[in-house]
Amino acid sequence: MSRRGYGSLAAGRFSRFMLVLGFLFLYLPIISLIIFSFNYSRLVTVWDSANSPSLRWYQELLNNEALLGAAWLSVQVAALTATLAVVLGTLAAFALLRAGPLRSRALLSAMIGAPLVMPEIITGLSLLLLFVTLEQWLGWPAGRGMLTIVIAHATLAMAYVAVVVQSRLASFDRSLEEAALDLGATPTTVFWRITLPLMWPALLSGWLLAFTLSWDDVVIAQFVAGPNASTLPMWVFSKLRLGVSPEINALATLVILFVALVLGCGTWLSRRRERQVQRPVST
Amino acid sequence: MGRSRISRWTVAIPLIWLLLFLAAPFVMVFLISLSEVRLAMPPYAPFIEWVADSWRWNLDADNYLFIWQDGLYFEAFSYSLKVAAIATLCCLLVGYPMAYAIAQAPERWRSWLLLAIILPFWTSFLLRVYAWIGLLKTDGLINQALLALGVITSPLQLLYTDFAVLIGIVYSYLPFMILPLYANLERHDRLLLEAAADLGASTWTRFWRITLPLSRPGVVAGCLLVFIPAAGEFVIPSLLGRSDQLMIGRVLADEFFANRDWPVAGAVAMILLIVLLLPMVGFQKSIQRQSEDGV
Repeated sequence: MSRRGYGSLAAGRFSRFMLVLGFLFLYLPIISLIIFSFNYSRLVTVWDSANSPSLRWYQELLNNEALLGAAWLSVQVAALTATLAVVLGTLAAFALLRAGPLRSRALLSAMIGAPLVMPEIITGLSLLLLFVTLEQWLGWPAGRGMLTIVIAHATLAMAYVAVVVQSRLASFDRSLEEAALDLGATPTTVFWRITLPLMWPALLSGWLLAFTLSWDDVVIAQFVAGPNASTLPMWVFSKLRLGVSPEINALATLVILFVALVLGCGTWLSRRRERQVQRPVST
Repeated sequence: MGRSRISRWTVAIPLIWLLLFLAAPFVMVFLISLSEVRLAMPPYAPFIEWVADSWRWNLDADNYLFIWQDGLYFEAFSYSLKVAAIATLCCLLVGYPMAYAIAQAPERWRSWLLLAIILPFWTSFLLRVYAWIGLLKTDGLINQALLALGVITSPLQLLYTDFAVLIGIVYSYLPFMILPLYANLERHDRLLLEAAADLGASTWTRFWRITLPLSRPGVVAGCLLVFIPAAGEFVIPSLLGRSDQLMIGRVLADEFFANRDWPVAGAVAMILLIVLLLPMVGFQKSIQRQSEDGV
């Protein structure tokens, strides 16, 4: 019989063609960004072939105090946000799937989805109004800065963490925990020795997701940061409003390289682990 | 006993957090949207005030009336929804074949192809928008290329146009369309298509009658994930758009930061939220219908 099913079809060819086109669309801007980061000229898109390639903009980047300060603040905010969001999001995921009175669980599940679908600008505006009002009534938080950014980002990111952890928990084999309880382990021991070790890949990916969300956010930070704190995206945004700058190309290249490295290693590791798990079964 | 106390805290901690930092801010926005602007810090009238020996509520719907009567807001709303709708459609037309191709790819390729889709999404959003400034500028790469090829004789105005905003949104949100579509398409049972082929259905018939209807939840999810943030988008139109054509996100930010009119900004936010909530409710309904059909 002739092989009619898949692969040989026009639909397959068309979709593969679109895939290639789509990847070109996704990557050409990024590649051009990287290439022009080595351009000597201040005119970002006009290649100065006499002096290029050069590392001039990377050097200027490293000497820019404002930028380095903003980047350091961003790293701190993102790390704190991610840690807080993992704690809150994991608690929420456990609460939704396993624990607690039904009514508060319904309330929780209604609220946890909201940050996922709300435009960031509304999240930012509403939190700022809350912070201002709280400061007026209670004197807390005194002024806005790192603390208010972390609170705002964690509220957004915990929803994402909850989704990641929930999907892991749903496929979780509870008989392991039950067996341990039957053998006399306390719930606390079970949590530390069984639940947590099995959960950690989900917690790690939740942490990374939360870190990236915070690291990348400009809209919410713009609202809740206050006049004295500036995260890296805020610095970039204010710079971009004045026009293009070759320094940003250099910054972008470093960020892209770093992300590609981390993601590439992550995918490679997780695929290798999968293969190691599968091998004994398939042979 | 210890267990139930732990489980109570497991619910209570995230619940209190969300009530404090999600629900309470909403109530604040709603109340402030009913208030009026004052020259004070914070710049709105107290909700309730002691005036001439009686308490007076300072809450009314004046801001909503003002927005309703002022044509600017209506125009900004309809422009945002239009841009978001067109961008969503473009994402669907580009993203569907891409998701389909990845779902068809050999198993060992898939995770790398998906990684290639996600990678630009993990690099900074702002930097991706920035990349398009370099491409679309009057002396940018697209104009340089077109001039060199002799397609045009003088540079086109590409940056600061509606077209630039559209490209920026499609570029930034394309992964949000592809991922739910892929998650759906990957689960399709190939036997259905093979059976249809054996019964003599053409490629097109099989696509229209089997693949597309089965992928409806993925299409709806992808469209919402693009449409909702695109409608409230504020960064892309500020960087790539015309300064006279305002999207509602930018209007909101301007009311807030430039005019310091918090009550009107609050009212704009409330209206935007309600407008965007409608498609969400429709989505919930369609999922319910789907699961009922499934049973």
